[in-house]
Amino acid sequence: MDTSEKQTRLLVDLHVKYIQSLDTKKDDLEYWLTEHLRLSGVYWGLTALDLLNNVDALKKEDVVKYVVSCQHDNGGFSGHIGHDPHLLYTLYAVQILVIEDALDAVNVDKIVEYVASRQDRDTGAFTGDEWGEIDTRFSYCALSCLSLLKRLDAVNVSKAVEFIMLCKNFDGGFGNSPGAESHAAQIFCCVGALAIVNSLHLVDADLLGWWLCERQLKNGGLNGRPEKLEDVCYSWWVLSTLSILGRLHWINREKLIEFVLTAQDSEGGGIADRPGDMADVFHTLFGLTGLSLLEYPDLKPVDPVYCLPKHVVQRIGLAERYHHKEFQ
Amino acid sequence: MTLEAELWSDITPIPLDDGPDPLAPIAYDAEYSEAMGYFRAISQKDERSERALQLTEKIIEYNPAHYTIWYYRQQILFSLDKNLYEELDFVKDQIDSNPKNYQLWHHRQVLVEKLMDASRELPFIDEILNDDAKNYHAWTYRQWVIKTFNLWENELDFVNKLLDKDVRNNSAWNQRYFTIFFNPTKPTEEFLTQEIEYVIEKIKMAPNNISPWNYIKGIIAKSNKDIGILEELCKEIENQDIISPHVMGCLVDIHESRARNGSAIDKEEGIKICTLLADKHDTIRKRYWGYRKIILASH
Repeated sequence: MDTSEKQTRLLVDLHVKYIQSLDTKKDDLEYWLTEHLRLSGVYWGLTALDLLNNVDALKKEDVVKYVVSCQHDNGGFSGHIGHDPHLLYTLYAVQILVIEDALDAVNVDKIVEYVASRQDRDTGAFTGDEWGEIDTRFSYCALSCLSLLKRLDAVNVSKAVEFIMLCKNFDGGFGNSPGAESHAAQIFCCVGALAIVNSLHLVDADLLGWWLCERQLKNGGLNGRPEKLEDVCYSWWVLSTLSILGRLHWINREKLIEFVLTAQDSEGGGIADRPGDMADVFHTLFGLTGLSLLEYPDLKPVDPVYCLPKHVVQRIGLAERYHHKEFQ
Repeated sequence: MTLEAELWSDITPIPLDDGPDPLAPIAYDAEYSEAMGYFRAISQKDERSERALQLTEKIIEYNPAHYTIWYYRQQILFSLDKNLYEELDFVKDQIDSNPKNYQLWHHRQVLVEKLMDASRELPFIDEILNDDAKNYHAWTYRQWVIKTFNLWENELDFVNKLLDKDVRNNSAWNQRYFTIFFNPTKPTEEFLTQEIEYVIEKIKMAPNNISPWNYIKGIIAKSNKDIGILEELCKEIENQDIISPHVMGCLVDIHESRARNGSAIDKEEGIKICTLLADKHDTIRKRYWGYRKIILASH
């Protein structure tokens, strides 16, 4: 990793190579210890590659075969073969299959059944798996997943919205459960979910927009809560939400671009959480999606609601569910 | 063989099926690999035994985020009717070394729900917050404990202590709101007036810190009070020659609320402050203050 040289451009080829190399590091214990989220890694890598105009760098046939092998009898997907199904991985699976235009490789009705079964009828909230953990992240997973499958009719949408609104805070943000502190990633999940079900009017866009643009620090980077350190992943959580609310331009574009570019690994490729740290595929994707929202050249546009390349969302005929505003 | 051979002689471990790409050689840690092989074999049979419990412990030591293992462990614990207080000690050790792991906190919640005894919880969470006062998992869990076991009584004191220690702790300000407004006993008008006084004193200590500003505006909106009650505070800080974008922002809010009711002077004054913020004191958010200016001008 090179920390001395300040990067001023996006290292497209290096990032493609970095993502391709991820599946060959099987000698590392780390590779096996992260086995339970292998499917997420495929989603992060594949989406990044598509934005970099290199979706073919991973072989479609292998990707689809792998995703199919993670589906369970109950319709849900696990983070890897032999693990338990979970809503998180079910969304990742559907996102990958939509990118690859390969939904016909799986039993969609079973997925819908699984997602619908995760909703609590009384509260409208969603549990991640049989274990029963409740979190607004799972509300997003469920609604995004069903929307991509065009089966929102399978759940009680107004109840789902009711639960999300219980998680809205005095500062305009949202937390993971009613009363929990506003956090940029939870805010993306809640606002994204509301956008999917045409309920953005419930968001206090000015108040929340202020809270979000207040996340930008002097060095250009964004944090996820007041008084926390900046992190490249918030270039996605914060920007996507501002974009959905039509307030993306409240961020200082040039300073944020500079921050993300400086977090690139100029030798091995990939993007880290902040300049000088080790790159990983999660921060690589969210650095790229952030840059894409900032209309950085060389990158395909990303959809701020679905975190998928925009051309993919257009191909499946889902309208833009957000307020659009170009940088001026 | 690192597992006790005798105990496992009847089980044939199932090797890893690493998906459709078996090209690269597998050379990862032998002990973890072995444990996972036995796990695949016994979980397939849904074996709930002492040795299975020990095996989950071994795997968890390696990989506490392995969510499938935790669920399996829980089923074994309940099937064998194990002492769940001992399990609380086990989770505590795990959380001490992995305080930001979703599975661990949820596991603890399931145990406490089953025990219906939260006597150890607040002291335990205090310890975790002592190391990291902004741990999101710890706070979420704390709120669950307080709601579920009706432990509202001492919470405001706890929050007071945290804010005395660090007035910039946003999590503590959030907990303050939770303690006052999620409590089944609603706050009185008198209490809210005192509360606003309390926050004003805290703001004076650190006027450039966003958290109490957000909080005070939140409770003013919630209790339908007039934002104008903060004008004196803003002026007092400004008179000390302290330049704070948050003070200026608050003044913009105050002027805007009056401009909305037709005050031309406030409209003008508000626009003037927005221009200062955009051009000088908060330039990174220039476009935001430009927007506020447009809104003001429209009144």
